[in-house]
Amino acid sequence: MIIEALIGFTFLAALVVMLAPDEYAGRLAFGLSLLPVVGSLYMWSQFDATGNALLEGGSLAFETQVPWLTAAGYQIQWFVGVDGISLPLIVLATVLSSLAILSAWTPIDSRQSQFFGLMLFMEANLLGVFTALDFFLWFVFWEAVLVPMYFLIAIWGGPRRKYAAIKFFVYTNIASLIMFIGFMALVFNLDVNTFGLPAVAVALRSGGLSGAFGLSPTALKTAAFAAMFLGFAVKVPVVPFHTWLPDAHVEAPTPASVMLAGVLLKMGTYALLRFNFTMLPDVATQYAGVIAIFAVVSVIYGALLALAQQDLKRIVAYSSVSSMGYVILGLVAYTQLGVGGATFQMVAHGLISGLMFMAVGVIYNVTHTRMVGDMSGMADRMPVTVGILVAGAFGYMGLPLMAGFAAEYFIFQGAFASSVIPVAPLFTAVAMFGIVIVAGYLLLAMQRTLFGPFRLETDYEVTRAELHDTLPLMVLLLCTIALGVAPDIFFTMIKEAVTPILAIGGGA
Amino acid sequence: MVVYPDWAALAPALALAVTGLVLLLIDSVDPDDSRPGLLAGTAVVGTLVSLGYAGWFLASGTGQVDGGTGAISLYRDALVVDGMALFFQAVFAVVTALVCIASYDYLKERAYQAEFYSLVMFAATGMAVMATANSLATAFIALELASLPSYALVAFLKHNRGSVEASLKYFLIGALSSAVFAFGISLVYAATGSLLLADVASALSALDGGLTGVAAIGVLMVAGGFAFKTASVPFHFWAPEAYEGAPAPISAFLSSASKAAGFAVLFRVFTTAFPLDAAGVDWMLLFQVLAVVTMTLGNFAAATQETVKRMLAYSSIGHAGYALIGLAAWSGGAPGSVENGAVLGASMAHLLVYGFMNTGAFLFVALAEQWDVGRTFEDYAGLGSRAPMASVAMTVFMFSLAGVPPFGGFFSKLFLFAGAVDAGFWWLAAVGVVNSTLSLYYYSRVVKALWVDDPVGEFELGGTPTGLYVAVVFAAVGTLLLLPGFAPVIETAQSVAAALVP
Repeated sequence: MIIEALIGFTFLAALVVMLAPDEYAGRLAFGLSLLPVVGSLYMWSQFDATGNALLEGGSLAFETQVPWLTAAGYQIQWFVGVDGISLPLIVLATVLSSLAILSAWTPIDSRQSQFFGLMLFMEANLLGVFTALDFFLWFVFWEAVLVPMYFLIAIWGGPRRKYAAIKFFVYTNIASLIMFIGFMALVFNLDVNTFGLPAVAVALRSGGLSGAFGLSPTALKTAAFAAMFLGFAVKVPVVPFHTWLPDAHVEAPTPASVMLAGVLLKMGTYALLRFNFTMLPDVATQYAGVIAIFAVVSVIYGALLALAQQDLKRIVAYSSVSSMGYVILGLVAYTQLGVGGATFQMVAHGLISGLMFMAVGVIYNVTHTRMVGDMSGMADRMPVTVGILVAGAFGYMGLPLMAGFAAEYFIFQGAFASSVIPVAPLFTAVAMFGIVIVAGYLLLAMQRTLFGPFRLETDYEVTRAELHDTLPLMVLLLCTIALGVAPDIFFTMIKEAVTPILAIGGGA
Repeated sequence: MVVYPDWAALAPALALAVTGLVLLLIDSVDPDDSRPGLLAGTAVVGTLVSLGYAGWFLASGTGQVDGGTGAISLYRDALVVDGMALFFQAVFAVVTALVCIASYDYLKERAYQAEFYSLVMFAATGMAVMATANSLATAFIALELASLPSYALVAFLKHNRGSVEASLKYFLIGALSSAVFAFGISLVYAATGSLLLADVASALSALDGGLTGVAAIGVLMVAGGFAFKTASVPFHFWAPEAYEGAPAPISAFLSSASKAAGFAVLFRVFTTAFPLDAAGVDWMLLFQVLAVVTMTLGNFAAATQETVKRMLAYSSIGHAGYALIGLAAWSGGAPGSVENGAVLGASMAHLLVYGFMNTGAFLFVALAEQWDVGRTFEDYAGLGSRAPMASVAMTVFMFSLAGVPPFGGFFSKLFLFAGAVDAGFWWLAAVGVVNSTLSLYYYSRVVKALWVDDPVGEFELGGTPTGLYVAVVFAAVGTLLLLPGFAPVIETAQSVAAALVP
């Protein structure tokens, strides 16, 4: 029942905030958003699931399964539950939503109740995405996340906000449609009578698939895999489907960027893991080389694009493309450290990219510019913010004892030892080179903007940031360090959930 | 236990007719329309009584196979009350109730209010009878009963040139299509010697070879008559004019209830009277072509419109195309089987959801007309911050019409397309999905105008009309609740559709 309570409460909170007066909306939203945080931490403490949610032998935590309706002979259910893969993402979503709401107090100065209401509405749907285990239910939440994000960008965004919002919406919506058709083609030709993901996963591997549209079962599987991969790749995003991301990020208000990079991108990798890599492991392993090429190209190309940017927000945005490439590489490795590390990286990157976007946002609030050439020596005037930004950047570069290091180390070790990816050591080595580029552009940008003599091209008084601006940064930094020092906070349960995937994927 | 006479099964239709008469009575006592609240109240109560009867009968199994006695036939089979008739009567009653609530504000300060409400009631009565028509003669009479008041209602703003012109166009095309329809009926009668749907069916199955051509042309012309009522190609072009010129509540009434009524009688006549296996009457291809052309044409035309009301009018044509899939993919398989009713039932469920979201959308336009903010997309800019509640409702309607997941329209379209795929017509579903995706473009223009665009100049909204607000919000709540509450709707619709062919 706790999942229903969490989702229901967050929807209700969104409604309440929507109707609240603008002056109190921010404070009210932050207060209300703390309850889901407490709830998700309670879930973490009471977590008792074993195995993977979709595979035989797995048992779910906090499970509810109620029939909803029957469509064309298929049962649709309200089916929610968590396992070791989804729980860390739920904690991430609640914590990051709260902090993003707190960080929005300063920059959002119009129509506050709508803004904070939409943030909570998005959080509720995100919780739904990570807990739903029925395809329909999941799809409803998945699509519903787009609506608030569209408005957040289109109303409170930068100068080109309308273009960016519509691009974001159209790209991800078409991707969802392709993915939807791919999954439907599978289910309609499969020997099941439910849209429950576990039942579909089991039926797919027991060979209950018949051919259709003139395709053999194997060809149909491959086509469906390709359609779903394409659909999720846009969301992740994987190069070359990433072009919506920089526009959306640059135009979005900072708190929305935080949610976009921190949680929404993880929907894509989470879905890839749940659908493509768990349900169709035979196709995934067969084309592991191709997928690994996508991953490595994302890592290197994303990093090179980041290197070429002058806008701090764009730098962080492109570096997300690079970091998500690591996740794909880890997933396709089909080793415990690879898949586990990829899942861990989803959380770690969520925290660190959230931290970076927020820190850039705090600087922007004060300076009203994000261009590297417009400022230098910010460390002098904003020591706390800049200190945290530097710490976050080192986290991005994989400084030991921070979450990013743990995640990337797991991924590299897992990918190196992979028996699924052809010439795995080569791919791993190339991907590791991405770290060097990351260090290059981050150090370069920081050196030019944060250090040296103070200079600012815009006419604004530079003051220290408010406590409610820096507090979320501190919390995120502490979380990052905590996960780096003790990855087992999440990694134990992640390992538990990914191990059954390896057995079906032919990995070690 | 009281035993009700058979004719009591017509209660949903009778309630509407009696309400219309009561309204005329009130008008004769108080001809000055000095009590608009009383008129609107009477109309709303009448429709709610009708809705209550239809809902009660549906729930208790009256006229249905499950838990009931089977279809109740009346007046030597001229009328039949079965699950499908009750389902559609519920749709008409809901839409009519919303329209009456909204009209209270819309009609303020206007003359002839009692006439307005009673015409709406008589048109609704005609629709309710259309749903029960079991013979081509009653179908024709009921169709005229529904149409004639509609012509007058479109011209209700009689000092407005657009309104009168729209009505004239509507009337002329209506008269033409009535003639086509009547001529079609006469040809079918010539070939079969009967007007009762069941007798027509058996006569067609054993048709003499020489009469095949006559029967086929008759069927084609009957289909043309229904195309007018449902605003489908090729008799669709009255719709944009009529919907744009008519008072917005009447546009809502015509595009939701009147269209659904056309479908009610279309579904019944074609599934029961014209068996697919009879020589020369293979109408499936006809409806496949009509469905594809109608939805594509409606969507592309909607995308190029500048005024919101006209966009909604074309989108209404597009939705007629979706609903036609119900017939186009109808398998006519094993009688009484659930699979048989799957796609037809989905089509009926879509019409119900459409009744909420489309009525709501037109009523929002009525609200905008009341505020006098203008007609184009740009004129709606900034309404979101001035009238947040109504704008949220309009956003719900737009996303639901586009079939975006968290709303009722998603499920109804999904079941429709899934039903088509299941029946083996995946290409029909594919055309539907592509159209549906494209439709997001023009629906989202409204949403963008409401919330994102900045208003051009300063303007003040003249108050908040309570009735319109209530109707719009109620329609939005209905659209939202039809997502979690879709199970009973689709199950009822599919089981009553399956029972259509005994």
